[in-house]
Amino acid sequence: MEEFDGEPTVTWIPGVNSQKKQMCFDWGPGEMLVCETSFNKKEKSEMVAGCPFIHIIRKDIDVYSKILRKLFNESHGIFVGLQRIEEELTGKSRKAQLVRVSKNYRSVIRACMEEMHQFAVADKDSAIGRQFSSQVSILSAVELIWNLCEILFIEVAPAGPLLLYLLDWVRLHVCEVDSLSADVLGSENPSKHESFWNLPGNTQTLTELELRWQHWHEECERHLQDGTFASNPHLESLCKVLLGDDAALLEHKELLSNWYHFLVTRLLYSQPTVKPMDLHLYAQSSLDLFLGGESSPEPLDNILMAAFEFDIHQVIKECSIALSNWWFVAHLTDLLDHCKLLQSHNLYFGSNMREFLLLEYASGLFAHHSLWQLGVDYCDHCPELGRVSLELHIERIPLTTEQKALKVLRVCEQRQMTEQVRSICKVLAMKAVRNNRLGSALSWSIRAKDAAFATLVSDRFLRDYCERGCFSDLDLIDNLGPAMMLSDRLTFLGKYREFHRLYGEKCFVDAASLLLSLMTSQIAPRSFWMTLLTDALPLLEQKQVIFSAEQTYELLRCLEDLTSGRPLCGEPDAQQLQDDDIETTKVEILRLALARNLARSIIKEGSLEGS
Amino acid sequence: MFVARSIAADHKDLIHDVSFDFHGRRMATCSSDQSVKVRAEPGSKRDLARPATHSGSVWRVTWAHPEFGQVLASCSFDRTAAVWEEIVGESNDKLRGQSHWVKRTTLVDSRTSVTDVKFAPKHMGLMLATCSADGIVRIYEAPDVMNLSQWSLQHEISCKLSCSCISWNPSSSRAHAPMIAVGSDDSSPNAMAKVQIFEYNENTRKYAKAETLLTVTDPVHDIAFAPNLGRSFHILAIATKDVRIFTLKPVRKELTSSGGPTKFEIHIVAQFDNHNSQVWRVSWNITGTVLASSGDDGCVRLWKANYMDNWKCTGILKGNGSPVNGSSQQGNSNPSVGSNIPSLQNSLNGSSAGR
Repeated sequence: MEEFDGEPTVTWIPGVNSQKKQMCFDWGPGEMLVCETSFNKKEKSEMVAGCPFIHIIRKDIDVYSKILRKLFNESHGIFVGLQRIEEELTGKSRKAQLVRVSKNYRSVIRACMEEMHQFAVADKDSAIGRQFSSQVSILSAVELIWNLCEILFIEVAPAGPLLLYLLDWVRLHVCEVDSLSADVLGSENPSKHESFWNLPGNTQTLTELELRWQHWHEECERHLQDGTFASNPHLESLCKVLLGDDAALLEHKELLSNWYHFLVTRLLYSQPTVKPMDLHLYAQSSLDLFLGGESSPEPLDNILMAAFEFDIHQVIKECSIALSNWWFVAHLTDLLDHCKLLQSHNLYFGSNMREFLLLEYASGLFAHHSLWQLGVDYCDHCPELGRVSLELHIERIPLTTEQKALKVLRVCEQRQMTEQVRSICKVLAMKAVRNNRLGSALSWSIRAKDAAFATLVSDRFLRDYCERGCFSDLDLIDNLGPAMMLSDRLTFLGKYREFHRLYGEKCFVDAASLLLSLMTSQIAPRSFWMTLLTDALPLLEQKQVIFSAEQTYELLRCLEDLTSGRPLCGEPDAQQLQDDDIETTKVEILRLALARNLARSIIKEGSLEGS
Repeated sequence: MFVARSIAADHKDLIHDVSFDFHGRRMATCSSDQSVKVRAEPGSKRDLARPATHSGSVWRVTWAHPEFGQVLASCSFDRTAAVWEEIVGESNDKLRGQSHWVKRTTLVDSRTSVTDVKFAPKHMGLMLATCSADGIVRIYEAPDVMNLSQWSLQHEISCKLSCSCISWNPSSSRAHAPMIAVGSDDSSPNAMAKVQIFEYNENTRKYAKAETLLTVTDPVHDIAFAPNLGRSFHILAIATKDVRIFTLKPVRKELTSSGGPTKFEIHIVAQFDNHNSQVWRVSWNITGTVLASSGDDGCVRLWKANYMDNWKCTGILKGNGSPVNGSSQQGNSNPSVGSNIPSLQNSLNGSSAGR
């Protein structure tokens, strides 16, 4: 029971000579790369005359069609709606709802067909016009199949009305049937036939209908036997047709476009109350008689036959072979699963098959720059494999714009896909760092909750500040909020910036306390302490005393801590000596400033208020 | 399938490998002209980046995960593997916005041609493995992802046979220890272990041999673990005189046992000789649902399992030497919703059946 029984499809790659060379390849998320090569390295490589090509191969061409996009979008809406149908609804109301869903799908197909038809007609002489034409034909076939499935599997038309539905079906898809019935009706006694054509609604039972028909049928036969129409061979032939005589019907084969038209006509005249379970007998014989051994059944014929035989699995399998896009089989199978038909037909892998087909279809969508969002919903409704499939696909979506990245992240966050969020943010943060966009890098690190990377980016910020004397992306740093807690370095960055703000607003006492606390709380990296102490200088040099005595002692302690820790290297070079000189000078200036401040603060604290 | 576009590869000699980056936006190619080139969308600024070079034919090229930035690794006949990083031009540079590739490190431990190079799954950090004709698999790590010039050799695994290919198990599940499969194309008759699987042991902190696939006795040209869709077992594809697909089910360890590598139940689930010749490459698509193989018959074949787990060939790519038509659509460009078999539409129009 495989749906790949057909021959594998062949795709021709230009510029490659498979007789002499081979191909190397690689998979991408939605495409494949292929290039001509030669694997037998033992041969001396001949210098290639021309320039070799790399070819990009795609699987799902339909995803790229503008008109089909509407089909995909609208059917997506119907699909999602179907998944949400109340489970409690049973019996008639549920069936009615499922039929409605099926009709919705079909109307979407028809709308697409009509739009394509416009294009086909407008452009009829060009290759594109022909392409559109063939698309229309295929969609038409798809709708034909779906309609039949709706009648047989979803509507589950019982005997009696079944023929009515089949008549509608044929009428809808084969226009000629109208002319045939006109012909038949035209030259016969209308009264006898109108009573037949006025098929009863719900008021008569099946038995009553059968009786009436039987009576009428016998009357026709009697007329034929009695030779009532003997004088007119045309009328006689018509009478035979009305009696459901196969030979007579086949004589007018040119009026019947195909075997299922023939089938329905036969049933109309010989078995109007045909039961669903008997349908396949007539279907098979109709096909055989119509083809008459001259041609063999085509894929469409096989699909319809499988439907008449109520072999759902065969229908799905044949459709999978005949159609290269999974759209049709995926949606139809899903609908049939909702009708609880896959189980009832003993397809124990039923739910597996549904997921398999839906995920095949969704895979194709992920390759597209905007349809990927539809793919997400299909994955959502596959309880077994949907999530892991989504995880694999969503990381691969190229994040070409910030907007797209945010959309993708929202999808992940809504589904608690934390690893994917982390990974995507990391990719974006890394890209930002390499392009020196530190603010962007920082915000992505925060979103990824990546402490290590946040530390790295904060370090870069601080390094930038040391080199240029100012901060970039002030807005971001000023508004970090609780995110500041992500990493120590980030907290330091935030607080340090706050120090500068306070200083700018002349809140010197607050600024001073903050500065000190950055060192004493060990949040500031050691390497930065000199900068911080140097930042303290203007505060020490102010007219009023800002640092208290206690604070000054602390500062002194920090300075000693810093200077005592310096190791003596071996042979200092000229540059190092010069640096050391600068350092020594700085330290001396600081010591002086701190000593002076200490003196002033002691005096201030020792004095009475106001003096 | 259809050919969406064809791009001139701009190499002066035979191309040995092509590689798509993680998002499928950029392509790397390597060649006997000793260079590695990176292409993006034609016409975009990042196209035609200045090439990176070795001093011998470059056999393989591979991309690191974008979490580590834009990083490539290549391996060559010149007995080295190299790691490349893309540098974006400074904004005050006349090369503003343009990128070029800088060789960050050269790994020179091998005494023979390096035949394959592969990055480890990202959850292991920035790590890569190389294998050489000298029969040694070397695993390197860059402890600081911001400094790609520092790589340390963490493990040397002796395979005793000339190695041709390696594959990391991509599974990031905690239940699976890091695993690497190595293939050998050694053609001497005594060489038995053509496919070996090594597993990392947390206790000994070393890689130990877990399995040898004894049923594979012909030279192996390529090997590939499939991406794991939440399975408890592993799937491994092998390119040898035919295409083979194995499943490896970890045998449940007794709770008391410690130390030793995992034992596996090995089953062959598919064997295809459709190529009718040596198979040179195998590779899985990103969901692990389709395997592609390339053979001496000049074809690339696609293998897929249906929902019943039966494997079949679902597509063939081959060339008939027809000229390349620049960058226009080629091949089976029959857009349809869609039929491979035109008769589907014919039978609807009633043009064949019954007329």
